[in-house]
Amino acid sequence: MPTATTALPSFDDVIARFDPVMGMEVHVELGTVTKMFCGCSTEFGAEPNTQVCPTCLGLPGSLPVVNRTAVESAMRIGLALNCHIAEYCRFARKNYFYPDMPKNFQISQYDEPIAFDGWTEVTVDTDDGPRVVPIGIERAHMEEDTGKSLHVGGSTGRIHGASHSLLDYNRAGIPLIEIVTKPIEVEAALAPAVARAYVTELRELVRALGVSEARMELGQMRCDANVSLRPRGTTTFGTRSETKNVNSLRSVERAVTYEIRRHAAVLDAGEPVVQETRHWHEDTGETTAGRTKEEAEDYRYFPEPDLVPLAPSREWVEELRGTLPEPPAARRARLQGEWGFTDLEMRDVVNAGAMGLVEETVTAGSDPAGAKKWWLGEIARTANERGAELDQVGITPQQVARVQELIGAGTLNDKLARQVVEGVLAGEGSPDEVIEARGLAVVSDDAALGAAVDDAIAAMPDAAEKVRGGNMGPVGALIGSVMKATQGQADAQRVRELILQRLGE
Amino acid sequence: MTARDLSRHTAGELAAAVASGEVSAVEVTQAHLDRIGAVDGGVHAYLHVDADAALAAAADVDARRAAGAELGPLAGVPLALKDVITTSDMPTTAGSRILEGWRPPYDATIVQRLRDAGVIILGKTNMDEFAMGSSTENSAFGPTHNPWDLSRIPGGSGGGSAAALASFQAPLAIGTDTGGSIRQPAAVTGTVGVKPTYGGVSRYGLIACASSLDQAGPCARTVQDAALLHEVIAGHDALDSTSIDRPVPDVAGAARQGAEGDLSGLRVGVVSELGGEGYQAGVEARFHETVELLGKLGADVVEVSCPHFSYGLAAYYLILPSEVSSNLARFDAMRYGLRVGDDGTRSAEDVMNATRGTGFGAEAKRRIILGTYALSSGYYDAYYGQAQKVRTLISRDFAAAFEQVDVLVSPTTPTTAFPLGERVDDPLAMYKNDLCTIPSNLAGNASASFPCGLADEDGLPVGLHVMAPVMADERVYRVGAAVEQAYVTQWGGYLLDQAPEVEERQ
Repeated sequence: MPTATTALPSFDDVIARFDPVMGMEVHVELGTVTKMFCGCSTEFGAEPNTQVCPTCLGLPGSLPVVNRTAVESAMRIGLALNCHIAEYCRFARKNYFYPDMPKNFQISQYDEPIAFDGWTEVTVDTDDGPRVVPIGIERAHMEEDTGKSLHVGGSTGRIHGASHSLLDYNRAGIPLIEIVTKPIEVEAALAPAVARAYVTELRELVRALGVSEARMELGQMRCDANVSLRPRGTTTFGTRSETKNVNSLRSVERAVTYEIRRHAAVLDAGEPVVQETRHWHEDTGETTAGRTKEEAEDYRYFPEPDLVPLAPSREWVEELRGTLPEPPAARRARLQGEWGFTDLEMRDVVNAGAMGLVEETVTAGSDPAGAKKWWLGEIARTANERGAELDQVGITPQQVARVQELIGAGTLNDKLARQVVEGVLAGEGSPDEVIEARGLAVVSDDAALGAAVDDAIAAMPDAAEKVRGGNMGPVGALIGSVMKATQGQADAQRVRELILQRLGE
Repeated sequence: MTARDLSRHTAGELAAAVASGEVSAVEVTQAHLDRIGAVDGGVHAYLHVDADAALAAAADVDARRAAGAELGPLAGVPLALKDVITTSDMPTTAGSRILEGWRPPYDATIVQRLRDAGVIILGKTNMDEFAMGSSTENSAFGPTHNPWDLSRIPGGSGGGSAAALASFQAPLAIGTDTGGSIRQPAAVTGTVGVKPTYGGVSRYGLIACASSLDQAGPCARTVQDAALLHEVIAGHDALDSTSIDRPVPDVAGAARQGAEGDLSGLRVGVVSELGGEGYQAGVEARFHETVELLGKLGADVVEVSCPHFSYGLAAYYLILPSEVSSNLARFDAMRYGLRVGDDGTRSAEDVMNATRGTGFGAEAKRRIILGTYALSSGYYDAYYGQAQKVRTLISRDFAAAFEQVDVLVSPTTPTTAFPLGERVDDPLAMYKNDLCTIPSNLAGNASASFPCGLADEDGLPVGLHVMAPVMADERVYRVGAAVEQAYVTQWGGYLLDQAPEVEERQ
């Protein structure tokens, strides 16, 4: 079986001959104050094993009690994905042994999910313009997270080669919602982009619902991508692989692309695709084999006897439906109108995952174009360099709005503003603190500027004379001279005004 | 009251004596600790006795009384707690090597309620490992002996609690009943044991055997004592999702009413499927006499058929092991309890395997394997799924029967206490002990066992099994108290007064 990327057929070649079918399974950690089945805190980053109790440690005799807020969040996610909400459903035990799972079973849902049979849609670019792709939602169900294992003593952090493992149960019992799509059948060339757009859409949606921050780098949103391939013109689905823990938007697109090419290579070689889980490697951009179907656990699901069935009343469901935020597509359309962006501009904002940030920046007082410029320019570059999300690089929408405000007031010019943003991104403090510390404010004091203007006029008498005579051409040279003398900190507009004032006298 | 008297009195009498100042709670507690010291070497009812904690709790009751505080109806009365219920101040083993030495960091809800009521917990009682068995022979710490005949089983799994009562080592005890583990030991030791309605008593802190069947309940020597204890431990608990949020039935009131000896208007159904072949003659004789007695007390007695009860045992032995296989998965050496083979060279998986291999006894392993199989992909529908259907049919049998009658009755067990060792190698014979008691666990309704005499052939106690609808627990108390009152009059005392004296060993 081919193992190196170089041995794989090109994506263009593959999509000319095969059609992929995808299925996405996304886990979202809910941002509830307490865990799914006990009163322990869910706060991230606490000392290991400090946010635990008999129930989430699975101590003998302990019992689970369902977190009502988590159930509400699950139902709201279901409703936002146009799902039916079960009139009656149960939790189930998923039985398997692993040291970071306190009870050696996970309380989950099996054949009775809280939400099922819904849909959403995503927009992707094609050569013929934006295309709306519907995505069927199979189900959304509730479950509890496991603890975390830290494998120590090996080089990779994986269990292989480690000398021992440390267990932290703070995460055990944090509520998760698993959202599973129906098979996604889409034009081959679009498949990776659709996968990415779907995960992006889901992230926007849970954030808009306020049920999770869905920060993928913190594991608050985790994605498994199922891919199968079939020769064009055939209808039977191929054998699928399930690539686990693809944990960034970019990786979703890359992993799907890789798997499509790998499946093609296997099929081209006349071999059967093995049904298995795959591990995604961010560094090499490849997947490697995990468990095969034969090795897969038999989870021995059965209804959780320690919990009573859930039977959400229709009144409750309708009450929750009333709390749903604007659907993402409608929100996009509204904001585009409010901001006066072109389709292309809006698409750039959405693709950069910056819509919410731009919105917040505008709310904080910025003009839309200015907000977009910063988030898609300076800040996006920094995020890219650091491999971080836009909202994780150390600048807030309010700070961006402040920079725009200072530009508007003439306190900063473009050049200085970039230095201010750079300072904020470098962790030097708020825009005002950076201006203070770096001494970046524009020189707009007329007395100080006046002297520099007089010097420039005296130094360039020919230019001055031409301007006096009505030829505006040399004004730029005079401004440049002043700017040079003030080391770029002058307000160029004000300098121009002062030059014209003096030469017009 | 002499020290010997103190251990012979009922819980109600002791509480009254403490409340009036006739004796102190410390004296009552010390008398029972002395009795334990004298006889438990031969009985082995207790796995752990905490004299200091018990005396401190008793001193606290005395201090509260001295300060004029209002005491509950069982304040200052000692109790024996089945070792399957978590206690923050005592080890909790569930009768298993795999939990040897484990000290839970929390009290079960029952324990909290007992402490709040001023009940004195003397110690933890012996049991079949993880409540799986009918003889306590599956305890990792050696069997308990029946005080009526130390060579015989005290029943199980709660044999320790029942034997403690029958040998006057405590006037009250807590048991748990998954398929009969309160009622069958009560029957074979001549004591009273009540399995409340499922959800009537919190399971928080009860180490699970089979979650959908387990129910803790009161054990005592008299019906009124059981009722008083029932009222202390019962009631809704937000920590147990299956706990019923309704008022506790008036069981003490029903026991008082029953003791007046008038069952007029009560409709009693004799379950036709629970008797005949396989039932010991002496058991059937005492049972039928007691049914006649119910008639004499004014009850209308009819025969009722519950056709699906015959399938109860088979369904039970699929549902129970299925839940056991999952509930016992957590005992993996990672967080608490026994750890075997952790020498720095073995993987976590190897240590788990070694620990479970060493820590679980044969019956626990048998049921884990049965349950794992029954839940496996491809077998689930045929085993677990079918068993759940039988469970529904049994519930319907009960519902139909309770359309016609107020309570159902049967013998509690097909036989009296058998000799230790007799059925150790015959699991099916052992399982049949619970033939009559299992249907109530499957359906979740209330039921209880009351002493109804001694079998002629072996002179050992026989139990009357009374079953009532869900949340109609008071009916079993009414019937039990009426029968008790009539027999006390007839025999000139409680059945236990006829028990041979347990030899005192120092």
